[in-house]
Amino acid sequence: MAADLWTALFIALLAVFTGYEVISRVPVLLHTPLMSGSNFIHGIVLVGAIVALGLASTPTEQAIGLAAVVMGALNVTGGYVVTERILAMFDRSRPKGGPK
Amino acid sequence: MTLPAVQDAINAVYVVAVLVFILGLKALSGPSTARRGILYAGVAMLLAVIATFFSPGLSNFALIAVGVIVGGLGGWYWARVVKMTAMPQMVAMFNGMGGGSAAAIAAVELLGSLSDPATSGLSMAGAIIGSISIAGSVIAFLKLQGWITSKPIVLPARQVLNSTVLVVGVGFGGYAIVVLQTFWLLPFYVLLLLYGILLTLPIGGADMPVVISLFNALTGIAVGLDGFALVNGPLGDAGYAMVIAGVLVGASGSLLTLLMARAMNRSISNVFFSAFGAAEETGGPIQGQLKSIDAADAAVMMAYASQVVIVPGYGLAVAQGQQKVKELADLLESRGVSVKFAIHPVAGRMPGHMNVLLAEVGVAYDKLFDRDEINAEFPATDVALVIGANDVVNPAAHRAGSALQGMPILDVEQAKNVIVIKRGQGKGFAGIENDLFYRDNCRMLYGDAQQAVGALVSELKKAD
Repeated sequence: MAADLWTALFIALLAVFTGYEVISRVPVLLHTPLMSGSNFIHGIVLVGAIVALGLASTPTEQAIGLAAVVMGALNVTGGYVVTERILAMFDRSRPKGGPK
Repeated sequence: MTLPAVQDAINAVYVVAVLVFILGLKALSGPSTARRGILYAGVAMLLAVIATFFSPGLSNFALIAVGVIVGGLGGWYWARVVKMTAMPQMVAMFNGMGGGSAAAIAAVELLGSLSDPATSGLSMAGAIIGSISIAGSVIAFLKLQGWITSKPIVLPARQVLNSTVLVVGVGFGGYAIVVLQTFWLLPFYVLLLLYGILLTLPIGGADMPVVISLFNALTGIAVGLDGFALVNGPLGDAGYAMVIAGVLVGASGSLLTLLMARAMNRSISNVFFSAFGAAEETGGPIQGQLKSIDAADAAVMMAYASQVVIVPGYGLAVAQGQQKVKELADLLESRGVSVKFAIHPVAGRMPGHMNVLLAEVGVAYDKLFDRDEINAEFPATDVALVIGANDVVNPAAHRAGSALQGMPILDVEQAKNVIVIKRGQGKGFAGIENDLFYRDNCRMLYGDAQQAVGALVSELKKAD
């Protein structure tokens, strides 16, 4: 196995523990926004999609790469806006649409 | 700048982005810092994406720009216009897009470097998980959106069929690597997508939050695997960023899935392999009959109560009745009635769904109580008003042999009076008859949640 893969494996191992630790004491109230927020974070796939399309050479690769970029970008902006909208309602200082 | 210097600068940006991602995730898991958290994550994403554009050796810039603009504006617009009640399926849909992107990246990798066994093996793993995630998420979206039935769809010999599709599909992929022919990737992808569909179809609507959370974790893992495959190639440094962010989501998402499943007293294997709610309840017939009440009587009952507990459910969200509920609570309080809200962890379609809706109309946080806090209060409650909730108040959960057995519920049947606002006599999302409705202390107020609560409000105003 190439050295790069070993490095990636070490990194992945640390990331597992980080992911676990970071959210291990989360209140139920935040389950939905947290799921939505982590949904946004895996939008990092867009970076990979840009690289894949940027290095694509055949028309088939370009077509699939373009699909990857479009879907990745949908994940990024959609994930962000949804999370932001959910969290906006938790903001006490700016109650929305209340009767008073 | 020379090329290595450009790459160094890009890597430095990736390092910062990863750090900010972790800080963002951490902030997202605290109530007071959550909003900051998504902002951090957004900044990290922007940095990472912009840096990637400057990667040396990249071509097809026009296509990349078109893709980013089309997908970016599309996602932004769609997420803006959608109603708050449709948020769960939007999370499912955007998550599916991430899975699809991961599967597509893997396809490009496989087409380009099928001969490298390490890279193609990793890409294939990413492709498998990404395909299952997009197909499953789209089915979850369709079910929650109501475009296909939310009831479990159970095919004959389901387990055998599903396993066969999975094994044969993966077999095609393995064969493609062995004989180095990209053609076999086509049946590989088709069967894997089919597997994702077959896996999700039998899952009933009540389990959807757990399913969406699991697919979210799966997409994270698929992204991480793609990252592994990329680190071997040119521009491998983008791969490290994907490994960290993907695995971070994979790990935290898995934990979150377990927490959610626990809140519903379901195990993951139970969710996926038991077609919950497909079987009809077998117990004896329910004793008693449904008794209806009109809005005027219900309003009077509440006006002279000393404590009213409101139990909101998905029906409230669907009918957009939260504003009326806030009005009702204010009116009752102005008459000196103590009003509390009982929030079941999985009321609605997602944990926290009801908190969000009620917060939207300005119901104070200290009036929202979770299951453990409020259950002790029901015996001292004069009226429990159940609005569009069903399974989370079904006493069948206390009965041995029921499909709901063991699910933690709100014990509203212990209140002196129970008023249930419900559109009709149908069953809940889990497809199980609710004998609460037949209890002596229970009255049914039929109607759409917004209209029924509206009627209560106007009756209360008249009472003054």
